Amino acid sequence: MNELALAIPWLGKRNPAAARWVVVALAVGAPLIAMLFGKSWVRILDFAMLYVMLAIGLNLVVGFAGLLDLGYIAFYAVGAYTFAFLASPHFELHLPFWLVLPLGAAFAALAGIILGLPTLRLRGDYLAIVTLGFGEIVRIFMNNLNHPINITNGPQGINMIDPLVLFGWDISKPLKVGDEITINSLFLYYYVFLACVVLSVILVQRLQVSRVGRAWAAIRDDELAAKAIGINTRNMKLLAFSLGATFGGVAGGLFAAFQGFVSPESFSLMESIAVLTMIVFGGMGNLAGVIVGALALTALPEVLRHVAVPLQQAVFGQVLLDPEVLRMLLLSLAMIFMMLLRPAGLIPAYSRYSRPELVVGKEAGR
Amino acid sequence: MITLLEARGICKRFGGLTALSDVSLTIRKGEVYGLIGPNGAGKTTFFNVLTGAYVPEEGELVFNGSELPLGKPHKVVEAGIARTFQNIRLFRDMTALENVMAGHHIRSRANPFSILLQTKHAKEEERLITERAFELLKYVGIERFADTVSKNLSYGDQRRLEIARALATEPQLLALDEPAAGMNATETARLRDLVQTIRHDGVTVLLIEHDVKLVMGLCDRLAVLDFGKKIAEDVPAEVQRNDAVIAAYLGGHAAQKGAAA
Repeated sequence: MNELALAIPWLGKRNPAAARWVVVALAVGAPLIAMLFGKSWVRILDFAMLYVMLAIGLNLVVGFAGLLDLGYIAFYAVGAYTFAFLASPHFELHLPFWLVLPLGAAFAALAGIILGLPTLRLRGDYLAIVTLGFGEIVRIFMNNLNHPINITNGPQGINMIDPLVLFGWDISKPLKVGDEITINSLFLYYYVFLACVVLSVILVQRLQVSRVGRAWAAIRDDELAAKAIGINTRNMKLLAFSLGATFGGVAGGLFAAFQGFVSPESFSLMESIAVLTMIVFGGMGNLAGVIVGALALTALPEVLRHVAVPLQQAVFGQVLLDPEVLRMLLLSLAMIFMMLLRPAGLIPAYSRYSRPELVVGKEAGR
Repeated sequence: MITLLEARGICKRFGGLTALSDVSLTIRKGEVYGLIGPNGAGKTTFFNVLTGAYVPEEGELVFNGSELPLGKPHKVVEAGIARTFQNIRLFRDMTALENVMAGHHIRSRANPFSILLQTKHAKEEERLITERAFELLKYVGIERFADTVSKNLSYGDQRRLEIARALATEPQLLALDEPAAGMNATETARLRDLVQTIRHDGVTVLLIEHDVKLVMGLCDRLAVLDFGKKIAEDVPAEVQRNDAVIAAYLGGHAAQKGAAA
């Protein structure tokens, strides 16, 4: 939050308090602004919030603990499919979300440990390859587990997933306030997702400034030295994998409920890479950077879709480049320029793992 | 005097190379114990065996009366042995304070749940860790750099920070691997004072060092390794007179044979 406020250009450093309010106002008012451009933009915003959650979770693993994970989307898939199994007509189960979501998170955490155990000794590129394989294995399982017994319904995916019902209130239906005003469910989903994001940020920040966060940073900076000061690197890595996966699992469950439909193609390798790109683009290890990165890179392709096509039609009279092609092109260009100009990401502010003001604040204004 | 650490018959081989053969030595509580020897004598290998980085083929280590687990670094730290590295290994992207706080890991208890819920206990522990880390920075004399990212510290200060981080694990035995390497005369003198303070405060020190003057002046007793064998273990004055030691440092095998005959 503070980091996010400080990152606002011009205002952030001069007036942090005002900047903080700007962040709050933007977060709360975003769907209203998006509505001005059409309902589809509110939907995009909802997805952006899910990506922010994913980015926060992946940042825990990659940014804090330094474990390069290229299969992170698998945990998103585990969360989504758990929700789909337990709250849809597929198995005739309709468990409430407050049961399904934690279960999805728990299964994702378990998947995190399963991925973590065999990869404990691996680092860097080797770890990346194994995690990449893991992500693909999960997707291929989802794709093929419809035969001989139909579990995942294969490539068709699972349909008609129950929406989020908060204490008997179905948020997929528009909310009527009085007689005049109806609030679209896209807005309701946005605020639910926003609440989840805020909670995630608080939790992750608490972890960061704690013995656990410092142990992760220690492993990331120098694993041998981390061992030499008594950190049990095995347990700490497993903890990072499972906690990171938990965020993915929750995001996956929310995604399933929001979309009402899951299929294996939502969990391809490209998605894993997209989330990783958000982190690298925004500033690895830095929460504010990760959030900005996720927002920017979710919005980019949509802006392209809305701008590139009419623009090309106006200039050339026809669409020469498909927005999807343009998206990859611009994304790669953005990454290349980023690496050249700001290798530490959009907001490269260094992360804190302590709060020295706890002790010295009054004694000496260091 | 009470024995703190006893190494019995430690052997460590790398393929055909025997890095340590049948090394036994005894470190007493409260002393500064030196481990010297020419390059490649096996000093650092012994260090790595002691701190759990390597598993020896033979032999055992007894620390404080109980056997030390072999090849488990975090258990060794928990038992009360802390080390520094020959080539400084700090957590580069963390501040000096955070480096020392990370060193408190093994002596703090907060689990992820109490951290996520910010229980009273977790908060109090966090405050205590911060406070102690500050004290340790003061102890080694670099408290004014508490907020500096450790990779930006000067060489001598990085050495001191590494010692502070090792002390944060609350060790009974502090093992320093060539702490004076690359230091100038002033820095070495300050280091000598620091080691003496640490010993004075009740921590036993094991010192690997090339700087013979420093070792002779600082250590109560020392052992000399040559080609993986212990060739002497005594007070500095005696070691200086030991023929085998002189041969190992000056003359090689011919001189050693001559001395033996």
